Amino acid sequence: MKNREFIENLILNIISPLISIFIALFFGGIIIYLLGHNPWETYKEVINFALGNPNGWGYVLFNTTSFILAGLAVAIGFKGGLFNIGAEGQILVGGLISALAGLYIAPIFPSFLHLPITLIFSALGGAIWAFIPAILRARLGVHEVINTIMMNWIGYALTNYLVVNTFRERGVLYPLPQTDKLPSSAVLPKLYPIFQKIGINIPESNPVNYALVIAILMVIFTYYLLWKTKLGYEIRALGLNIHASENAGINVKNIILITMLISGAMAGLASINDVLGYRYRYLDNFSHGLGFTGIAVALLGKNHPIGIIFSALLFGALDRMAIGMDVFTHIPREIISVLQAVIILTIVVGNEVLIRFLKKRRKAIYA
Amino acid sequence: MRKFLIAFLVLSLILLSSVGFSAKTIRVGIVYDVGGRGDKSFNDAAYNGLQRAIKVLRVEGKDLEPGPGGANREELLRTLAEQNYDLVIGVGFLFTDAITAVAKDFPKVKFAIVDGVIEGLPNVSSLVFNEHEGSFLVGVIAGLMTKSNIIGFVGGMDIPLIHKFEVGYKAGALYVNPKVKVLINYIGVTGDAFKDPVKGKELALAQYKQGADIIYHASGASGEGVFEAAKETKKYAIGVDSPQSWIMPDRIITSMLKRVDVAVYETIKDVKEGKFKPGIRIFGAANGGVDYEKTKLIPLGVISKVEQIKKDIISGKIVVPYDDKTFEEFKAKYLK
Repeated sequence: MKNREFIENLILNIISPLISIFIALFFGGIIIYLLGHNPWETYKEVINFALGNPNGWGYVLFNTTSFILAGLAVAIGFKGGLFNIGAEGQILVGGLISALAGLYIAPIFPSFLHLPITLIFSALGGAIWAFIPAILRARLGVHEVINTIMMNWIGYALTNYLVVNTFRERGVLYPLPQTDKLPSSAVLPKLYPIFQKIGINIPESNPVNYALVIAILMVIFTYYLLWKTKLGYEIRALGLNIHASENAGINVKNIILITMLISGAMAGLASINDVLGYRYRYLDNFSHGLGFTGIAVALLGKNHPIGIIFSALLFGALDRMAIGMDVFTHIPREIISVLQAVIILTIVVGNEVLIRFLKKRRKAIYA
Repeated sequence: MRKFLIAFLVLSLILLSSVGFSAKTIRVGIVYDVGGRGDKSFNDAAYNGLQRAIKVLRVEGKDLEPGPGGANREELLRTLAEQNYDLVIGVGFLFTDAITAVAKDFPKVKFAIVDGVIEGLPNVSSLVFNEHEGSFLVGVIAGLMTKSNIIGFVGGMDIPLIHKFEVGYKAGALYVNPKVKVLINYIGVTGDAFKDPVKGKELALAQYKQGADIIYHASGASGEGVFEAAKETKKYAIGVDSPQSWIMPDRIITSMLKRVDVAVYETIKDVKEGKFKPGIRIFGAANGGVDYEKTKLIPLGVISKVEQIKKDIISGKIVVPYDDKTFEEFKAKYLK
């Protein structure tokens, strides 16, 4: 019985997404064919570019890192029944505060503390930005959707103002809207030496960095938090039914506050892949919608940490493939964006349909 | 048997296509700036240069556009270099860091940056323009043609590069018309300022309301909004980078031409002929790198005056200012 359930779950969670991906590729193929290109050759070239060589893997993992953290941030909120649309603003504020901490606070401390400081401040920045909507929701009952959206705008404008007027880089002819470069003791090193040691020849220029390790640690942390702790139990209970939780004696206001803060801290961490791992400085509005993509990543991953790894990988691979398609084919780049969306949409819908179909069959068998 | 045949066909197709690629033609990759193709201005000019090279020089061309925010600029440049493109061009000074990094890793690939300066690398050519000289010319036109003695300037991103346009324009107008007043506004402080026609229109409408009758924009795709405002208020505008009067022939009196197309074409030609030179290459009034667009709206008298001033700039009789400091010098020397 247990065994049977396991197999059915396996089919539901692994086989059905795979089938959905094939259906998606088929639909994408039709579009490519209608544009007058050979879908088979296009796919072969593009998939080979993204997934057929170590450099491609590195870029996919680099893209995936930010998506995992942004996805986790949104998922933690969802699990507690909170719709954190504010990840975008939390990422920007977290990123800027972490860069500023690296530039102005870290130098006071010995160098082995620099990196922990920038990391902690990125999470802290995200949490600070989530604190206002959290307290408004917990104490006054103002819905977090409207709060977090407004906080996005404020965060966007505030970081823009600060990085353009106050903390703009110095000592260059055309200063861009970005901060000075962080000292090397405060940033995340690249991962290529580790990969090269185990025989995967990722070139030095590849941007994949230790943020990936932190993202994976956060996946484990999130899983442990949500399913193995009392706090996690209370968060999930809240997400299932707020009134029942209240009756059961859970301090709902506190849990809302804590959930939002953890979600915001995770969003703040989503900035490190770019700020501490790639650019080594804060560039104005670097995230460009990462927080919103995080919503899609979380939903596609069913708000489960493991599911989020796979959906983040999918988004990461699609972004790399889009570049391959741009470079190797003459398919217009607007169509490439359409293709990306079609593939994601098909996977979401396909997965849902397949699961329903399987559940119906299961019911029929047991009936 | 049939499977074998199909396999054979596919294999031979792959082989054939790879043979086709290996025949030696120059391959050129261009990565655009924020705003991208279709800005009717800066990036489109680069595109035109590439298209001309494809037709005339028979090179193979590939043009790419960075994603939102331009985060993958370096990834795109690197991918082109990895594919052994002969020449990779980044359009815009925002490529400075990315090209510097990639050019060091690919010493055999040649790079060019439009509008940016990268020195000390043997495989990078920096294509820069004397925009202030071209802006001076359209400033002269505005100064001579204004009836209200108030003219406007709408800049894109508030950076020294765009200040060159502003200062040259101001100086040109004052040089021929000391009574003229110049209204100045900038759209924003990020790269997005070059693709915000809504804000462009807002600023232009405000300037027209304050009495300006001619507005010069240096704001990429945001200029659309300035033209819209000119149409609504029945006043005049001046385009930038590409000849833009075709967009609204009865409202756009001229355009400051920044011949990015010429710079791109010339660079491709040099690579094709093996004459590529690293370092800074200046395109100014003297070598046709900047100029103004002649239209039916400009009276002949004005044109002859502008032509005379152009000659004076080329001969060095007029030294056009490009920032606040040189502007003060210019005022002291020419406007008493």
